[in-house]
Amino acid sequence: MNCIIIDDEATARTIIVQLCTNVPSLNVLEEFPNAIQAMKYLNQNEVDLIFLDIHMPDFTGFDFIQTLKNPPKIILTTSDSQFAIEAFEYDCIVDYLVKPITLTRFEKAIQKARTTKIEANLTASHPTEKDTSSANDLYINIDRRLIKLDIPSIYLIEAKGDYINVKTEDKSYTVHSTLKKIEDKLPNDLFLKVHRSYIINIKKIIDIEDNSVLIKRDVIPVSRSNRPELMKRLNLL
Amino acid sequence: MEYPNLSYIETLSGNDIAFKKKLIAIIKLEFPTEKKVYFKSIEAKNFKKASEDVHKLKHKISILGLEKSYAVAADYEKNLKENKDAGKESFDNILQVITDFLNTL
Repeated sequence: MNCIIIDDEATARTIIVQLCTNVPSLNVLEEFPNAIQAMKYLNQNEVDLIFLDIHMPDFTGFDFIQTLKNPPKIILTTSDSQFAIEAFEYDCIVDYLVKPITLTRFEKAIQKARTTKIEANLTASHPTEKDTSSANDLYINIDRRLIKLDIPSIYLIEAKGDYINVKTEDKSYTVHSTLKKIEDKLPNDLFLKVHRSYIINIKKIIDIEDNSVLIKRDVIPVSRSNRPELMKRLNLL
Repeated sequence: MEYPNLSYIETLSGNDIAFKKKLIAIIKLEFPTEKKVYFKSIEAKNFKKASEDVHKLKHKISILGLEKSYAVAADYEKNLKENKDAGKESFDNILQVITDFLNTL
């Protein structure tokens, strides 16, 4: 397994590299002192496993995971166990190692990573009912809590600086993210970016007038460049 | 008073003397910087930042086999998060013990 290590502490990275040398199947590609550098690397390289520290300045391990569209398997490394419950919210996290990490515990985590790989492959080739239902779910992170949204219930997403405002049938949520990131997570047949600051659910449109759409009670501008695509998507008489 | 030891580092190193030396060198390099950053946060009364500094130092404390001191550091980290500095003296003593130990290596 090709792996990378992300930890702001050089001591921790050195220890994990040493632990990896005891497992012949592990190949350490790179180590990074922060998540930003790792993100750049992951944009151009494929890895099977990430050893990820949770507690890093500016950008935590959990923040990092949320930036990954198709996260590889992740083993969290941390000095305390208080985040263990949150870790179970993420399918990609295969184990949780509390520092200082012993060789025995490390080997157990690698074994788990290997097993998870087999299960993941089986799931991919034989989709289950659970997979179908989760395709309609989107998890958003609000105050370190992951909230599940039913994607079809989202009718509008608005960019607000470093945040986006996600409006559903029942509630609005302000999330630290970008329109681009959420656009990648939404089904193309249902959602359309009609303006640089707005993505709409086209099934929820009430009417269209000139360069704006009425969606629920919101009047949303439609940019000239996006209008042809919007018109194409409509079942016009 | 609890004293540091190299038990964890030696177990991890096995017969790899070069790794043992490398790891100790990294700790000797990293620890004074982390300690300095911590004292700076305390001086600025930035307890939130100091709690993060203590969190980082906790790993060194555990690597050096200081189990009771680790518990003291964990309590202190919690206090700092609540904007209290109770436990500062004990924690600062731990840092001094580690400093003295690292100077002998």
